[in-house]
Amino acid sequence: MLEIKDLHASINGKEILKGINLTIKDGEVHALMGQNGAGKSTLSNVLVGHPAYEVTQGQAIYNGQDLLTMKPEERSHAGLFMSFQTPIEIPGVSMVNFMRAAVNEKRKYRGEEPLSASAFLKLMREKRAIVELDSKLANRSVNEGFSGGEKKRNEIFQMAMLEPTFAILDETDSGLDVDALRIVAEGFNKLRTPQTSALVITHYQRLLDYLKPDIIHVLIGGQIVKTGGPELALEIDEKGFDWIKAEAGL
Amino acid sequence: MENLNSEKQYIDLYQSCSDIIAEHSSEVMNALRAEAFEKFCKNGFPTQKVERYKYTDVPEAFKPDYGLNIKRLNIPVNPADVFKCDVPNMSTLLYFVVNDEFYTKAMPKTGLPDGVIVGSLREASKLHPELVSKYYGKLADTNDSVTALNTMLAQDGLFVYVPKNVVLDKTLQVVNILRADVDLMSNRRVLIVLEESAQARILFCDHAADDRNFLTTQVIEVFAGENSSLDIYELEETHEKNTRFSNLYVSQQAYSNVLHDSITLYNGTTRNMADFNLDGQGAEIHSYGCAITDSSEHIDNNTVISHNVPNCQSDQLYKYVLDDKSVGAFAGLILVKKDAQKTVSQETNSNLCVSKEARMYTQPMLEIYADDVKCSHGSTVGQLDEMALFYMRQRGISEAEARRLLQNAFCSQAIEQIRLEPLRDRLHMLVDKRFRGELNKCGGCKGCK
Amino acid sequence: MEEKNEFVKKVASQKYEFGFTTDVQTEIIEKGLNEDVVRLISAKKNEPEWMLEFRLRAFRYWLTLEQPEWGHLDMPEIDYQAISYYADPTKKKDNNGPKTTDEIDPELMKTFDKLGIPLEERLALAGTAVDAVMDSVSVKTTFKETLLEKGIIFCSISEAIREHPDLVKQYLGSVVPYRDNYFAALNSAVFSDGSFVYIPKGVRCPMELSTYFRINARETGQFERTLIVCDDDAYVSYLEGCTAPMRDENQLHAAIVEIVVNENAEVKYSTVQNWYPGDENGKGGVLNLVTKRGHLRGANSKLSWTQVETGSAITWKYPSCVLQGDNSQAEFYSVAVTNNYQQADTGTKMIHIGKNTKSTIISKGISAGKSQNSYRGLVKVGTNADGARNYSSCDSLLLGSECGAHTFPYMDIHNNTAIVEHEATTSKISEDQLFYCNQRGIPTEDAVGLIVNGYAKEVLNKLPMEFAVEAQKLLSVSLEGTVG
Repeated sequence: MLEIKDLHASINGKEILKGINLTIKDGEVHALMGQNGAGKSTLSNVLVGHPAYEVTQGQAIYNGQDLLTMKPEERSHAGLFMSFQTPIEIPGVSMVNFMRAAVNEKRKYRGEEPLSASAFLKLMREKRAIVELDSKLANRSVNEGFSGGEKKRNEIFQMAMLEPTFAILDETDSGLDVDALRIVAEGFNKLRTPQTSALVITHYQRLLDYLKPDIIHVLIGGQIVKTGGPELALEIDEKGFDWIKAEAGL
Repeated sequence: MENLNSEKQYIDLYQSCSDIIAEHSSEVMNALRAEAFEKFCKNGFPTQKVERYKYTDVPEAFKPDYGLNIKRLNIPVNPADVFKCDVPNMSTLLYFVVNDEFYTKAMPKTGLPDGVIVGSLREASKLHPELVSKYYGKLADTNDSVTALNTMLAQDGLFVYVPKNVVLDKTLQVVNILRADVDLMSNRRVLIVLEESAQARILFCDHAADDRNFLTTQVIEVFAGENSSLDIYELEETHEKNTRFSNLYVSQQAYSNVLHDSITLYNGTTRNMADFNLDGQGAEIHSYGCAITDSSEHIDNNTVISHNVPNCQSDQLYKYVLDDKSVGAFAGLILVKKDAQKTVSQETNSNLCVSKEARMYTQPMLEIYADDVKCSHGSTVGQLDEMALFYMRQRGISEAEARRLLQNAFCSQAIEQIRLEPLRDRLHMLVDKRFRGELNKCGGCKGCK
Repeated sequence: MEEKNEFVKKVASQKYEFGFTTDVQTEIIEKGLNEDVVRLISAKKNEPEWMLEFRLRAFRYWLTLEQPEWGHLDMPEIDYQAISYYADPTKKKDNNGPKTTDEIDPELMKTFDKLGIPLEERLALAGTAVDAVMDSVSVKTTFKETLLEKGIIFCSISEAIREHPDLVKQYLGSVVPYRDNYFAALNSAVFSDGSFVYIPKGVRCPMELSTYFRINARETGQFERTLIVCDDDAYVSYLEGCTAPMRDENQLHAAIVEIVVNENAEVKYSTVQNWYPGDENGKGGVLNLVTKRGHLRGANSKLSWTQVETGSAITWKYPSCVLQGDNSQAEFYSVAVTNNYQQADTGTKMIHIGKNTKSTIISKGISAGKSQNSYRGLVKVGTNADGARNYSSCDSLLLGSECGAHTFPYMDIHNNTAIVEHEATTSKISEDQLFYCNQRGIPTEDAVGLIVNGYAKEVLNKLPMEFAVEAQKLLSVSLEGTVG
C-alpha cells in the first residue's frame, strides 16, 4: 500500500506539488488526470526519486518504507517501476546488458543468485513476447533508434522483466497509434497480479478503457481537487476540466 | 640553453659511447646516428612553448638518470612467465621484445608465408641491408628531438616485411616487456613495410615486468604500399613508473587502408605522437584511441593526418575517461594540402572528467587549403548523462554500476572499430576490468601486483 | 566553368567602395617613436600627468618586448619608426576639439556624409548616437547632451581623460593591462582616440551608441582606445564601424577595447570592420591588430560580441570574455570574409572563472581568392567554475581552390562539472544548391550572395537591425561571384 501525505515538491526553486494526499491499496489501479503543468509528472518523478526534484514537505510510505529517504535504485528494488513519459536513450549500452544488470541487481537485493546467461536470455525471449517486441531491438542500445511506439513497448517489456508491485505509467499512451496502444495496454494487464497496484497518468479515456481504473483523481495546480469512480474519467473526456475548476472555486 | 641539464647526459653518453652503441647494432642503423646527434644537439628537448609539446614536459621526463643497456648485456627473462594476458579465441603469432631487444629465444613454431620477415631489426638490416636501408629513417623526422634521440641511441627493435600480394592470416602479436633490476631507459625502433596488396595485422602489447622506473622511446615507421591493408593495435598496460614516448610515422600509397587503434589502459606518463601521410589517391586512414586514467597518470596523444593528394579519406575518434588527478591531452590536426580535392575527413574527441581534479586539454584542428572537401571535427568534455543514470537507477541498477556501464559504453565506440572480433571482445573485457579497478589484479605484470 | 571564371575575375576587380581620401589640412607629427613622441601625443591631448605616466610605463615596457611570431599569418615587417603616431585633421584652435558642427571643416562633414554617417543630429539614423573618429582625433560626438540627461557619458576617450579622470583612472587598463601583449603595450603608449562610455546603475541606454573610425592620413598609424563601463543593472548596445582609403603601403591599426560589465548588466558590442583590404595583388591594406576583451565582473552579467569582418589585409583579433561573475553569460558571433590576399586570424577566448557561467561561440569563416582565414579560440574552465557550459560551432566555407580555411580551437578544462562542446565543419557551396537556384532563374552571382548570406544569417541576426542590412550588403559585395 502506498500512502502519500501532504506532499510538497519543487523544481529549480519553483513549487509544483502543493500538498498531495493519496492512498493506493494493493491491487488498485488509480488514474491521475489533469492539464499540462498540473504536476502529474512531478508526482511520479518524485515517487521514484528523480534528483532534479526537491521534496520540501510531506511523506510517501510504501509498504511501511519511507520512500523519500531511499535511493532511486532502492525504490526500484522495493517494487516501484516507472514507465517514462520520454524513455531515455543510452548509446553504447545494449538492451541485453542493461536488463541483465537490472535483473541481477534485483535478485541480489532479494538474496538470489544471478541468472545464468542462458536463463537470462530465455527470460528475455518470454517477456518480449508479451509486448511483441522485435528481437532486433533487444540487441540495440537502450532506446537508441527506437520509434516512439517501440520505446513505449520497451518500457512495458522492462516492467515484465522486473515484475514490480507498483507501476507508474506516465503518459504511456502518448504518441501511440491504436494498435500499439492495445499491445501496450494488454501487455500491462497480462502483467497485473492481485497485488499489483498502479498509478496511470493520462489525458485520454482510450487507455483507461483497457486498464479499467478503480479510482480517478484530478490534479489541478499541484493539488488533488476531485476524486471519483471510473465515471469521472468519462465525464472529463466529454466536458473537459473547466467544470471541475469551477466546482473547486479555481 | 635552459634545459641543458636534461640534454647533457644524452649528449655525453653519445659522445663517450657511440662506438659501443654502433658495435652492438647494424651498419644501416649506425648510418643515421651522426646526423641525428647533430640535430639533437642543435634543437635540444622541446619545451612546452613548442606547439606540439604544449601538454607534456619533455625535459622533465628525460631528466632522471636511467641506465641504458648499450652493451646489450643479457637480461634474464622468461616471457611466458611475465606475459599471461593472451587473447582467448585468437590464434596469434607471438613475438617478444624485451626492453629494446628483439627476443629470439621464443619464436612461434608456425612458419611464415614465403618472403615474410618478422624479427630483429638489427639482424634484418644485416641480412637484408638494401631492403632495410631503403626504408629505415625515411619517414622519421629527426627535427623532432625524441625521434632524433631514438635514432641516435636505438640498437635494435622489430622489423616486419610483407611482400607483394601476401596476406598474413594470423595476427602478429608483439609483446614489449619492460624488464630490469635498475631504472632503465630503452630505445625501441620498429620498421613495418607492406608491399603492394599485402595484408597484415599487428598487435603491440606493452607490459612492465618490474616495479622500476622505465623510460622508453619508440619510433615506428610504417610504409603501406599500394592497395595494402594494415591494422596496428597498440595496447599499453604498464604502470605508474613508466614513461613512454612513442612516435609513429605512416606513409600510405594509393588505395591502402590503415587502421591504428591506440589504447592506454594503465600507464604513468604517455606521450604518443602519430603522423599519417596519405600519399596515394584513394588511401584511407582510420585513427582511433582510448585512454582510461586515474591517480596522476598523464596521457597526451598528438596526431597529424596529412591529406597530400586528392580522394583520400580519414576518420579519427579518441575517447578519454579521466579520474583522480590525471591529465589528458589530445591534439589532432587534419591537414588538407592544396591539391587534395575530394578529401573526406572526420575527427572526434570526447572526454569524460570523472573527478574534480582531473584535467583535459583538447585541440582538434583543421588546416585546409583545398576547396572541394568535406571536413569536420567535434570535441566535447563533459560528464555522464544524468538522465541516463537516473533511468538506470529507476530500473534498480546501483549508481556505481550504472556509472560503470555508461563509462564502458563511452569507451566502447573506440573499441568497436577494431577489425578483429576476439580482440574486440578481449578489450571490452579489459576496459570493464579497468573500470572495476581489477586490472591491476590480473597478475600479468609484476608492477601491478 | 567559363562563366564562373569570368565571375571570379569580376569579383577580384571589385572596387573598394570607401577608398577615397579627404583633402583636409591635417597636422601630422614627425614619423618615428620615442619617449618624446609619447610626451608630445600626451601634450597635444592636453592630458594630465597621470595619463602621461601611464603611457610612459607602457612605452618602456614595450621597448623590452619583441614582436610576436605569427602562427598562421604572413606578416609584412612593420617599421615602427616609419609611422607617424599622431594625425589631427580637425585643425582646431584650442585643444578641446570642435564643439558644434559649425566649427568642423566642411570637408570632414562631407567625408562622414559620404560614408553614410551624417554628423548632424537631425540627419542621423534613428536612435543612434555617433562618435566619429578620423585618424587620431574624435571629430564629433552626437547626442551627447541627450544622453547626459540620463547620466550616460558618451564621449571621446581624450575628453573623458580630461573630464572624468576618476572613472578613467579606475577602469583604463583594468581589463587589458599594458603588459598583456606587444600591441597592447604599444597602444597603451601611443593611443590616440576612441570612445568612452559609462552607463550608470540601473540605466538602460535609450539609443544605439556607435563609433565610426576612419583612417585618412598617409603613413600614419591609428591606435584606437575604447573603454565601456556598464554599471549594475545597466544596458548598452554599441557598434563600431571602420573604413580607410586605398593606399599602396600597409597602414597599422592597433586598437584596444576594454569592457567592464557589472552585476546584472548587459553589453552588446557589434563591429562591422571594413578597413581597406589591399588590392587584388595583395598590395596595401590595413594591418588590423586588435586586443578586445570584456570583463564580466558582476553576477548575472552578459556580454555579447558580434563581428562582421570583411576588410583589412591582416586581421588579428580575439574579442574575449572573462566570465568572473557567477551565472554570467558571454557570446561571440563572428563572420569573417577574406578575399584576394587577405589574411584573417580571429576568434575568441572564453575564460570561465565564476560558477554556472555560460558561453556560446558561433564563427563563420568564408574564404575566397588566395586568402587565408583562421578561427583560433580558447575555452578555459577554471577549477572553481562549477557548472560551466560552453558550446562552440565554427564553420568554414571555401570559395575557390587557392584559399585556405583553418580551425584551431583550444579547450582547457579544469573542472569535472563543466560541459564543453566544440564542432566545426569545412565545405564549399554545393553544386546542387547553385544548380537549384539557377533552375529557379537565379543567376550564379546572386545565388552565391544568397547562399553566403544564409550561411552567415545566424550571426547577422545578432546585429542591430540597421547594421544588419549594411553588413548583408557588405558580404555580397565582398564576395560577389567567387565560386570556384
